[in-house]
Amino acid sequence: MMKEDVLNQLTECDVAVVGAGHAGCEAALAAARLGMETVMFTVSVDSIAMMPCNPNIGGTSKGHLVRELDALGGEMGKNIDKAFIQSRMLNESKGSAVHSLRAQADKREYTQRMRETLENTPHLVIKQAEAAKILVEDGVCRGIETVSGWKYRAKAVILCTGTYLKACCVYGEVSDPTGPNGLKAATHLSDSLRNCGIELLRFKTGTPARIDGRTVDFSKMTEQKGDDVLVPFSFTNRAEDIEKPQVSCWLTYTTEETHEIIRRNIDRSPLFSGAIKGTGPRYCPSIEDKVVKFPDKERHQLFIEPEGLYTNELYISGMSSSLPEDVQHAMIHTVPGLEHAEIVRNAYAIMYDCLDPRQLRPTLELKAIKGLYSAGQSNGSSGYEEAAAQGIVAGINAALAIKGEEPMILDRSEAYIGVLIDDLTTKENTEPYRMMTSRAEYRLLLRQDNADLRLTPVGRRVGLIGDERWAAFTAKRDAIEREIERVKGVTLGTSEKVQSLLAEYASTPLKSGITMEELIRRPELDYEKLAPVDPERPELPADVREQVNIEIKYEGYIRRQKQQVEHFKKLESRLIPDDIDYSDVGSLRIEAAQKLERFRPHSLGQASRIAGVSPADVAMLNVWLEQKKRENKA
Amino acid sequence: MTTDVIAAIATGLIPGGIGIVRISGPGAVKVAEKIVSISGIRLSQAKPRHLYYGFVTDGEKRLDEALIAVMRAPHSYTAEDTVELQCHGGPLVLKRVLAAALKAGARLAEPGEFSKRAFLNGRLDLSEAEAVMDLIRAENDFARETALSQLGGSLSAVIRGLRGQILEETAFIEAALDDPEHISLDGYPEMLRPRLLEMTKTVETLISGSENGRRLADGIRTAILGRPNVGKSSLLNALLGEERAIVTPIAGTTRDTIEETLRLGDVVLHLADTAGLRETGDTIEKLGVERAEQKARESELILYVLDGSEALNEVDRDALAGLKDRQCLVLINKSDLPQVLDPQEVERETGVETLRISAKTGEGLDELQKTVERRFLFGEIRQQPLVVTNVRHQALLQETLDALYRVRESLELGLPEDFFSVDLMDAYRSLGLILGEEAEEDLINEIFGKFCLGK
Repeated sequence: MMKEDVLNQLTECDVAVVGAGHAGCEAALAAARLGMETVMFTVSVDSIAMMPCNPNIGGTSKGHLVRELDALGGEMGKNIDKAFIQSRMLNESKGSAVHSLRAQADKREYTQRMRETLENTPHLVIKQAEAAKILVEDGVCRGIETVSGWKYRAKAVILCTGTYLKACCVYGEVSDPTGPNGLKAATHLSDSLRNCGIELLRFKTGTPARIDGRTVDFSKMTEQKGDDVLVPFSFTNRAEDIEKPQVSCWLTYTTEETHEIIRRNIDRSPLFSGAIKGTGPRYCPSIEDKVVKFPDKERHQLFIEPEGLYTNELYISGMSSSLPEDVQHAMIHTVPGLEHAEIVRNAYAIMYDCLDPRQLRPTLELKAIKGLYSAGQSNGSSGYEEAAAQGIVAGINAALAIKGEEPMILDRSEAYIGVLIDDLTTKENTEPYRMMTSRAEYRLLLRQDNADLRLTPVGRRVGLIGDERWAAFTAKRDAIEREIERVKGVTLGTSEKVQSLLAEYASTPLKSGITMEELIRRPELDYEKLAPVDPERPELPADVREQVNIEIKYEGYIRRQKQQVEHFKKLESRLIPDDIDYSDVGSLRIEAAQKLERFRPHSLGQASRIAGVSPADVAMLNVWLEQKKRENKA
Repeated sequence: MTTDVIAAIATGLIPGGIGIVRISGPGAVKVAEKIVSISGIRLSQAKPRHLYYGFVTDGEKRLDEALIAVMRAPHSYTAEDTVELQCHGGPLVLKRVLAAALKAGARLAEPGEFSKRAFLNGRLDLSEAEAVMDLIRAENDFARETALSQLGGSLSAVIRGLRGQILEETAFIEAALDDPEHISLDGYPEMLRPRLLEMTKTVETLISGSENGRRLADGIRTAILGRPNVGKSSLLNALLGEERAIVTPIAGTTRDTIEETLRLGDVVLHLADTAGLRETGDTIEKLGVERAEQKARESELILYVLDGSEALNEVDRDALAGLKDRQCLVLINKSDLPQVLDPQEVERETGVETLRISAKTGEGLDELQKTVERRFLFGEIRQQPLVVTNVRHQALLQETLDALYRVRESLELGLPEDFFSVDLMDAYRSLGLILGEEAEEDLINEIFGKFCLGK
């Protein structure tokens, strides 16, 4: 009896985080920083924040997620700013809404730096132990139990199990019941989740081979250097803070011969033989998938990327595969530059259990189990950035719920994170979900350059943005507003100086006076170009100037999207009570009532996005909600 | 909580002495002011709940005489600012008045929306909630049914085709934005320009057609059908007198449809050359064959081509059996080669008038011209106008057109490509609503279906 008391006391905490990948790290940091006594569990302390697949962070739309995460007070942006070895802004020639930052990481550095941060965060404890059971009493999560039977009581549990649940790695005829990189899989938790009534899916993803850099002939490839002008991921860093020499990536291609080898051996792929049952992501298809699906394509691009400065290992981006080892060898050797490449690690596919995320609220708490949250690949997403973004949302909401504060819910018009979570929790997901810019309907507003303007206030409200950062932020925001205001009041005459500047950019000369604002909107001009004719212009930091330019230049488009958002918000703000019984809403079509009953949307807006629920159903529901509201008042 | 202005015909489309078009929402008066003229005053100066005599206009055009009433919030059915236009009751006039209101900035009311607003704004009491929900459902079912029945097969085919094209363009742009290292947009705007022009023209024609009854394409929609390599493309070329379609001796060269408008004597044909009909495993060709069958369904005249040096087979018999009730001519081509087919026998077997021609030498083309002219003049071939009669469809077409104009504007301003796809998707969604289809995951599926991207 006494012994048990001691045990219970030792193992009481506020938040238990299961997993120490990118979701787990953000969830644990957010919770601990908000003052929660937090315990983070991992099957291996050495694999904290591990990058088992591609050696980079960011990329199209994923870069947006990282910057949003940073604005909320997350760690990924700061960490990659420390650990990057090459940085590029993608889509620079396109509109600013689709500019995307991507950095190559030194994988070991990334892991180490994150671990340092975790280990030095107050209220945060790391434990190497496999969680085996979720403890639930009367629909409320009470904690977890490890494989050894040790119980941890917690007010909230956040599942960040990544690809570890009943994981199995496969290539050719080989099938290994391990997690990524040969790490121990989590074998018990799936059953416990099922026993709690949680529905699981089985997904599949994969990774390409790694090769020894000493055996690669780079002279046959095209070099890809980093950008000269660096943009940090974190809004807390300036370019000069992160300056460092960069390393290159290399571009090469598959050949007809590669494809021939793949076609000849396709029957030996576990994907085609049926040995792999899970659904793979369409965004990172295996090379055999590409060859089969696009037979007309003569070659596929491959990017050879360093895994870090500490190693010779290189990642072959574009060649993930689950073909047998001998076929992998043969096909890699047909690639120019890789004729004599030594494989260090084989490519493999991995299958794992994950939750059907439609069981989650937009806070990432399970609808059916209070206090149990889930974030990251265990929600059927793919990618480090998607995982981290969910991690911080779950961590923040767990802490807010414990403190009894309003939850933090980002909607589709506020952040890519909002789009990500809404898609996951609303739409049927049949493959690992990857963020894409085309998924964000208000993307002209959701730019990576204004992520701080959009979300720092949210981070401040929940308590993750300190006074110093808040002061710097408000100074920036005010400077932008002031400058836009000033520019709108500046009128330019037909002086020779103005006319010759216009001539320089082949812009139509002025017949009469015009505001600076109008000139900035001309396609061939921008804010920077007009500096010489704007003597009153104050000295401003580059990020402020950038915002002024974008906000003025695209004002018409931005305004139109803001109007659409206003319309969107109307349904979004009509919340549906948790205890609604859809069979009471008599006029609904049966199909709609069933769908609504099953997925129990959070708002009318979310209801409208469920497949099978029509606008008329939403209108009826709206009337019904109003009726209940009035009845309750009466 | 509602901010937009809605409009609808409040009295239904039953012919009667008087019909009312109702406009409701904050700003309703401003919208209505653009389309009414009352002698001596502006509508915004009108005394609430008084009837004024005036006219409803669309630009310069007078649409109808009307009695006009303004009701200010909350003293109206919806408890919002409301304008009611009492017109003469003909359905056509009412539709035109409504169309003018939509053009002036109102949105077509959703089924039951006036009542919904009335309830949400506290105008109707609690006991009426059920009735409002039933009304929404009933009006919705009714609107769906009438919309479906008013969406003819050829009209929906045109819209479907247009929608497919828009999706294809958007998917290309989006694939390139999501994976710039695999797909380049260099030179794309120049390629999009003519295609956008064509799409815009199609929508413009549909809209203007619905206004004054003009036809989509000036010409009899004609499809050339037949098995691969019987000389369909050669026939098109012979009629056109130029090498428009690629002609090779390899069966299956025309994988898509090619369209041309040409004059044949006294009539104008809008001619589509299609991929050959046969069972095929090739996916691109399969698509072509599907489009060929689609074209045949949309056509007013079908020219079925046979190779005179080969016997009829199952594909021909099946196809011709399916064309029995259609305006169809069988053309036995390659009269310059040794013949195994006899026109009279073919005619007997298929029940379709049959001519012998040679696309290569031009033999028999005069006869073809005379036959088509005769059939047209005797009214056997009839042109079916593609007229959009449903008000909701018209409004959605207008939205589509506005979105396409915005794409054109972005193109002209030299804006980056990501601006195009925002508006292209708006157009896609509007067209989808005409067909009763949502956009959902279409774009993502198209991206992954057509382009190889990702790491």
